[in-house]
Amino acid sequence: MRRWVQPGTSVARPYWGEAIVSELHKRISSAFDVFDHESNHTVDVREIGTIIRSLGCFPTEAQLHDVIAEIEEEEPTGFIRFERFLPTMSRILLEHRFRPVPEDLLLQAFEVLDQQKRGHLDPEELTRYLTQEGEPFTQEEMEEMLSAAVDPDKNLIFYKDFVSVMTVDDPW
Amino acid sequence: SVTGTTLWVIEQMPVLSIKAAVLIQRWYRRYVARLEIRRRYTWNIFQSIEYAGEQDQLQLSSFFSFMLDNFTQLNGNGPGIEVRQCKYEQIVVPDSYSGPRLSFPLSVTDTNTLLSAFKEQQTLHGKYVLQLLHETQKFLKQMPNVIYLSSSYAKEITICGDLHGRLDDLLLIFYKNGLPSAENPYIFNGDFVDRGKKSIEIIIILFAFLLLYPDHMHLNRGNHEDHIMNLRYGFTKEVMQKYKTHGREILQLLQDVFSLLPIATIIDNKVLIVHGGISDKTDLYFLSSVERHRVSLLKCRLTKQSSSSSSSSSSSASSVCSPRASCRATPRHPPPSPRLPSPVDMLQVPFLDSIVSLALPEPPKEELEWRQIVDVLWSDPKNQNGCSPNSFRGGGCYFGPDVTQRLLKKHGMCLLIRSHECKQEGYELCHNGQVITIFSASNYYEEGSNRGAYVKLGPELIPRFFQYQVSRSTRKLTLQQRVSVAESSALKALQEKLFAHRSELMAAFQQYDINNTGRISTNEWAQVVESVLRLDLPWRTLRPRLVRLASDGNVEYESCFENISAGQPIPQVTPNLAETMYRYRTDLEIIFNIIDKDHSGQISIEEFRQTWKLFSSHLGVDVDDQAIDDMARSIDFNKDGSIDFNEFLEAFRVVHKLDMKEQQQG
Repeated sequence: MRRWVQPGTSVARPYWGEAIVSELHKRISSAFDVFDHESNHTVDVREIGTIIRSLGCFPTEAQLHDVIAEIEEEEPTGFIRFERFLPTMSRILLEHRFRPVPEDLLLQAFEVLDQQKRGHLDPEELTRYLTQEGEPFTQEEMEEMLSAAVDPDKNLIFYKDFVSVMTVDDPW
Repeated sequence: SVTGTTLWVIEQMPVLSIKAAVLIQRWYRRYVARLEIRRRYTWNIFQSIEYAGEQDQLQLSSFFSFMLDNFTQLNGNGPGIEVRQCKYEQIVVPDSYSGPRLSFPLSVTDTNTLLSAFKEQQTLHGKYVLQLLHETQKFLKQMPNVIYLSSSYAKEITICGDLHGRLDDLLLIFYKNGLPSAENPYIFNGDFVDRGKKSIEIIIILFAFLLLYPDHMHLNRGNHEDHIMNLRYGFTKEVMQKYKTHGREILQLLQDVFSLLPIATIIDNKVLIVHGGISDKTDLYFLSSVERHRVSLLKCRLTKQSSSSSSSSSSSASSVCSPRASCRATPRHPPPSPRLPSPVDMLQVPFLDSIVSLALPEPPKEELEWRQIVDVLWSDPKNQNGCSPNSFRGGGCYFGPDVTQRLLKKHGMCLLIRSHECKQEGYELCHNGQVITIFSASNYYEEGSNRGAYVKLGPELIPRFFQYQVSRSTRKLTLQQRVSVAESSALKALQEKLFAHRSELMAAFQQYDINNTGRISTNEWAQVVESVLRLDLPWRTLRPRLVRLASDGNVEYESCFENISAGQPIPQVTPNLAETMYRYRTDLEIIFNIIDKDHSGQISIEEFRQTWKLFSSHLGVDVDDQAIDDMARSIDFNKDGSIDFNEFLEAFRVVHKLDMKEQQQG
């Protein structure tokens, strides 16, 4: 765990103001509550990814698995308790881990896949890339993305439009 | 990682492409998660408001029952006006009637006629409705509380969940799965009515098939098969609107038919099917022996624990007041004579919960019977062990996997199928696969909110699920669009709740805002809203959608009322009074419908005044008598001493300003 000690002091003082931390805890708690169906401070482990991402983080699947491994019980129950989730999630937010993907970087990623620089991609080629490489999409994920991304008249993905539509202002 | 990829793909995809793919995937998954949380809290909003409404309903039910039974004492008209028991045979159907005509006993021609007529938006004539209900009543009287079925080796049985007046969903099920018949048996697991606009049509179709195929069509009672629920959730209104002449009789007969519906169905002694669920007290043998016809579900509701003995006295009196014939083939007893409390007792009953002066004590057996049925119709499963009262709904229990396991094991069963809760996919499994929830009304909260589903069981009793979704638009909406539409609708409902409690909220906000800056912290805002509205919602997550932040990071609390305003301000009515009327609109509508026995749409100012006094006393709402009088008189537009209550209710609408802007631009 990182120690937040200001250089030159002998007493370990929290670097972050108490008010900020308290506010953060409540934000985390609120997001957690959305999935706490039985109001007993636990959520299904399969929802953890959604909760972390909804708090503004962009972890990869691998990074997500690491976080879950850290907060699971010694004998995994399929549920994550809030007491274990809170400190880990607070650290993640305070350290700005799993930073957002900026829009221009995202656009570059699409351009890399668009080897012929046509300004668009075929559904088939995007499907191939995203279901076979990196951290592959499931069929359902791919279908859902295509339903939003493909221009129905031309059956092509104009990724520049797609990116700008999807990166609308995030209220959080 | 690159494992598992074939060689030609590696050749074609340099490292940069792999990185690009990961980036896109990472970003997209985060985008989907954002949508998912919006979808979830939208769901929470709808569900919270729905269940809070049901809770209100249950809490007010003793008041409504009281009104139903005793209202006429208010204007001194003597014993209740008896609804003419019109013989349906005497009703003449005019030649000009172009709707479906039924002939009893029913045949396949009749059910086909009904289906095509309803597809054409036709209405079945009141005569046939009454006749159908009479026949159904006769039939159901011989049915036991718990129906035992056996699956034959050839057939699958189809089980459907809540329909809530959505005819399109029922027709879609029949289209996909075939009509009920000897080869195609069905069980409908309750909640056929309320909320949707075609409840009576669904009832007619289900009862028609019930009479046509009594061995292959089965109906379980749901918590909405109850006349008090119907008052609030739309079925009563629908019947009165569609059947101006015979509506009252139809409703009276329906009330009886609903109470005769079986409570549970069991297949092969292995699968238990009930509408809600079970509790740790559920006893199938006891349930089988209960006189279901005599148990009045909401009337027996205990409103406060401390006054359990007193409120139960009131409820037994009210069930005595509504005499019901026994459903058993025992020598007929004359129905008990209606016992109307004297005018002095009357005022004490509904709202002074600790004082009741009615004679009959509650027999303990009735209380137990009532509880057995309420548990089965209202309970919800939960993931943790144990059994606790269902505070969310106000009735029944939350039952854990251990409760399920114990009950199923006790009776040698392997599966519990229930409905009662809307599920996004139309169905859900829990309790290690021992409980199935099946819900058949798609788009229940909002267009695109959820799928509907039905489940089929063959002789091996392995469930197969089938999903569908009724779609009004031809163009398929993307996930983003579906979520946005549902979210917008949920947020509007929430804003209306905020509006309805405006003065209380503002008073509480201002307590934190000592310097009158118009701002308080997010924390304070969330605390106030939660305690005033008493809705258990993730307020901080919702905050950006409901209220504005100032540049210093604090909440501008008045901005949550910005988007909503009263429809048409009435000059004599202060904003506070208007807010109170708005908050209790639904309840007032119910009360008006109860009072307006001849369904003229009018009540006298005197009736309005007295009703309001009773109601506000019950709620503990303090409203100046003079203010009520002034308001009543100002609503009496033609000055004839009576109020058109539809006009009255219209006066307390709200409008969403953004909607108005759209309408003006569009």
